Amino acid sequence: MSNAYTFPDNAAKTAGAAASAELPTEKMSLSMGPSHPSTHGVLRLQMEIDGETVVKADPVIGYLHRGDEKIAENMTYNQFVPYTDRLDYLAPLANNVAYALAVEQLAGLTVPPRCQAIRVISAELARISSHLMGLGAFGIDVGAWTIFLYTFTEREKLYRLFEELTGARFTNSYTRIGGVARDVPEGWTDRVNAFCDQFLPILDEVLGMLSRNKIFLDRTDGVGVISKEDAIAYGLTGPNLRGSGVPLDLRKDRPYSGYEQYDFDVPVGVKGDCYDRYAVRGEEMKQSVRIIKQAIARFPGGDWYAKDARKIFAPPKDKVLTSMEELINNFMIVTEGPQIPPGEAYFEAENPKGILGFYVVSKGGGVPWRLKIRSPSFCNLSILPKICAGALVADVVSILGSFDFVMGECDR
Amino acid sequence: MPAPTAILPALQTRFPRLTLRASADHPAVNIPADEAGALLKTLRDEFGFAHLADLTAVDGGPGATPRFTVVWHLFSLTAHGYFRVAAHCADDAEPAMPSTTPLWPAADWHEREIWDMFGITFPGHADLRRILMWDGYPYHPLRKEFPLAGLPTELPDAEIAAEIPTKVIAAPMAGGPFVATTGELNLGEAEPRAKDESWNERREKPDA
Repeated sequence: MSNAYTFPDNAAKTAGAAASAELPTEKMSLSMGPSHPSTHGVLRLQMEIDGETVVKADPVIGYLHRGDEKIAENMTYNQFVPYTDRLDYLAPLANNVAYALAVEQLAGLTVPPRCQAIRVISAELARISSHLMGLGAFGIDVGAWTIFLYTFTEREKLYRLFEELTGARFTNSYTRIGGVARDVPEGWTDRVNAFCDQFLPILDEVLGMLSRNKIFLDRTDGVGVISKEDAIAYGLTGPNLRGSGVPLDLRKDRPYSGYEQYDFDVPVGVKGDCYDRYAVRGEEMKQSVRIIKQAIARFPGGDWYAKDARKIFAPPKDKVLTSMEELINNFMIVTEGPQIPPGEAYFEAENPKGILGFYVVSKGGGVPWRLKIRSPSFCNLSILPKICAGALVADVVSILGSFDFVMGECDR
Repeated sequence: MPAPTAILPALQTRFPRLTLRASADHPAVNIPADEAGALLKTLRDEFGFAHLADLTAVDGGPGATPRFTVVWHLFSLTAHGYFRVAAHCADDAEPAMPSTTPLWPAADWHEREIWDMFGITFPGHADLRRILMWDGYPYHPLRKEFPLAGLPTELPDAEIAAEIPTKVIAAPMAGGPFVATTGELNLGEAEPRAKDESWNERREKPDA
């Protein structure tokens, strides 16, 4: 038959492959970072590559180590709040909240509902801000530059809200042990609401540019797959863990700061690849908006700091300047630090990058004996040698982008 | 899955040397170092504490005995609770603790960090290197006797120079180029742009 299909000469093909396999190859060592655009800061990957395939990847960290834990042992609890800004510097407000809650857990202190709501709103705004940055940077890593321009515009709007609330755009230092630095300004919650309303359509537009994008799917779908078991064994947390299908979210599982009052969903991935981690972050921003809107709708009145914590939270300035007792109290808290009882406490909060934990050991007084920071980026990055082995060098860029880590937090 | 506090009696019958640890937040136990691995394995496999939340150490200070305590925080994904396990290192001068990397790969970096910061070794750890400080750094900075301001150390210049074919030059503020000290350094040698002294602000550049 003239139209019969002629089978390709498989024997010749196999011979060709065998010939190419005999080509002399040599493993090469490649150092990626510490200043490489796709390593998001100062991560260095010491890789051994065979052609385009990564044989071994060894993360070298510590370039941004500042000794935060040593510093913490040498200053009072409130003095350490600005240092928590500089852990995950893309979500300082969430770090502030986690740190304050850890010390309050040790002191056995509960803050009033209004303070809790302020903390929830600021932590969720920080989550949106951090995920926007992670999404934009991921886009750049895989060649979608436009995303970054959209997400940065939204972040700028958030920064204006942060500035209005805290007085600072970037390193906010907003919480104090037992409260927050100041009450929300007049009309601020309305402006947050207005931001949320205009943000959702823009988020849909941004996600629409990536979610069914052929180029984006080719770079992320099935790349850097982490199994459920590995994710748990390596101590992954946050969107990286949920992307692998483990529904661990401390806001649901161990609600703190009044998260149990809010109705929201915990998105999880199916395959545990780079795409799932991206998709989880996209959906989490929408859930954060839901939480913020509920918190604003039932924004409680009352105190914004714990009035009963007289040896922990410094009294308001107008009282300090008019009452002798308050003046002495203020002086003692500023010079000696908030008086925290002896003991130890471990508290974890669901931060944008994962679970941020603080282990505080106190021997009484205003200075911690030991403060360990369990940083999500540190734990998340420890799985890199496992998932980078066997990947293409170009896939490593996708994997790093999908991990959304911050070296300030990893190296502390 | 029972609440984390409910398992304490069961654990005490299994591990008679286990003692309760004073704690205000989570159930906590002290365990001798040689039994820590077995206890953690039991907690992981039989009581659902699959997630190693945190692993760190506490230095009791130069006079304290036992001086170093290693602390594990486990999290149960089913009961949503924490469990704290603490074990003292027997030797204060050369502290050591059996590695828990066979139980959790997550312990790998945590134990490297503890070695780096406290100098506690983990027999059984396959690759116990420094992680935050550089290889060859002589101190363990989170020990209580280490001063906050740090101690001067030799940077591994010679080793780097042996590995890369470039000459290692001191940093500017450490006597390197671009910083002129009075009398000592020839500015022309240190600052390449200062070599051509034929013209400056007052004297015009001669025509080429």
